[in-house]
Amino acid sequence: MLQHELGLFFKYVFVENLALAFFLGMCSFLAVSRRVETATGLGVAVIVVQAITVPVNNLIYNFILKEGALWWLGLPHTDLGFLGLISYIGVIAAMVQILEMALDKFFPALYNALGIFLPLITVNCVILAGSLFMVERDYNFADSVRFGLHSGIGWAIAIMALAGIREKMRYSHVPDGLRGLGITFITVGLIALAFMCFSGIQL
Amino acid sequence: MASKAKEALFDPVFTNNPIAVQILGICSALAVTTKLETTITMCFAVIFVTTLSNFSVSLIRNFTPSSIRMIVEMTIIASLVIVVDEFLKAFAYDISKQLSVFVGLIITNCIVMGRAEAYALKNSVGLSVLDGIGNGLGYSLLLLTVGTIRELFGSGSLLGFQVLPLTTDGGWYPQNGLLLLSPSAFFLIGFFIWALRTWKKELVEEEN
Repeated sequence: MLQHELGLFFKYVFVENLALAFFLGMCSFLAVSRRVETATGLGVAVIVVQAITVPVNNLIYNFILKEGALWWLGLPHTDLGFLGLISYIGVIAAMVQILEMALDKFFPALYNALGIFLPLITVNCVILAGSLFMVERDYNFADSVRFGLHSGIGWAIAIMALAGIREKMRYSHVPDGLRGLGITFITVGLIALAFMCFSGIQL
Repeated sequence: MASKAKEALFDPVFTNNPIAVQILGICSALAVTTKLETTITMCFAVIFVTTLSNFSVSLIRNFTPSSIRMIVEMTIIASLVIVVDEFLKAFAYDISKQLSVFVGLIITNCIVMGRAEAYALKNSVGLSVLDGIGNGLGYSLLLLTVGTIRELFGSGSLLGFQVLPLTTDGGWYPQNGLLLLSPSAFFLIGFFIWALRTWKKELVEEEN
């Protein structure tokens, strides 16, 4: 049991890392990774939002949108699958808004730390992709909780690693045309290459 | 007026390329480029969505209160993407399976949202449409470059036709497996940016 859990954790965090194996959330991944502090802030925000929205969207998919999901309303043949995309993005936007208000009210310190990152997250593709992968792979509720939490952690680890490297890179002499964005791309490529070593590991 | 239109259309292709210069919409740029066929489909999908979303957002820009504009933009974009998604599922099922979640991710592709926000909200309908096409083309240019290199040197074929005979089939070209893996896309875009900035010196970033 524990071994199974550990295996899934490893798979979602390292092997199928959303940032490095699927290129998700790249825009903010590159833009917010200049300093470790801000990268950590965004990473934590992604973990929180991902761990909430994936299970919520899982419930919406299984009880409203899936073909035959409306049996509890007496409509066994309705298929609302085409509304999927618009519902997921709506749920994400709403959850982020609610989370922002809740944090502001109950955890002001956390709100001040995460505040600027929360609105950014609505348009961060890693969140929407989490929900879309959940639908495509047909996860049940327990799986979706795991997937949401672990994939968020994987993304956070990746952005923190990149930020650490970029802070050190300030002291090196990079060719003019490559400075900034160019060298960052190549660094990310190398990190992705390193993360690929995890593939094939079975626990 | 004519020069302004030309600028709106061609500026985003090179000098203001959405991927290489504005750092927008990179996520999908990398994941769909292992094969040219999926790349081309994705390019058309994105051009369609940017053009029509710029058109719609610009059309209603004077009636949208700024406090709810994000939600309005999001709804327009999501509806357009649903149209693309359903269209692909109906007429190109195999490709839509290969693109998997990345069609849906056009919604959060920052190019679409970014242009609606930065351009369509402030400019006339005609110019916004041109800007949408231009940004779609700029995105496509980079995607097609990366897609061609990856398919040609990675599996020796273009659009599924064998161009370079592989050593595994008795030819002379040893397959370069690295190009089919995700990291190669990062390297290629990194080099593309390097080349673009060597050509256009004004894009080089300040030393910090």
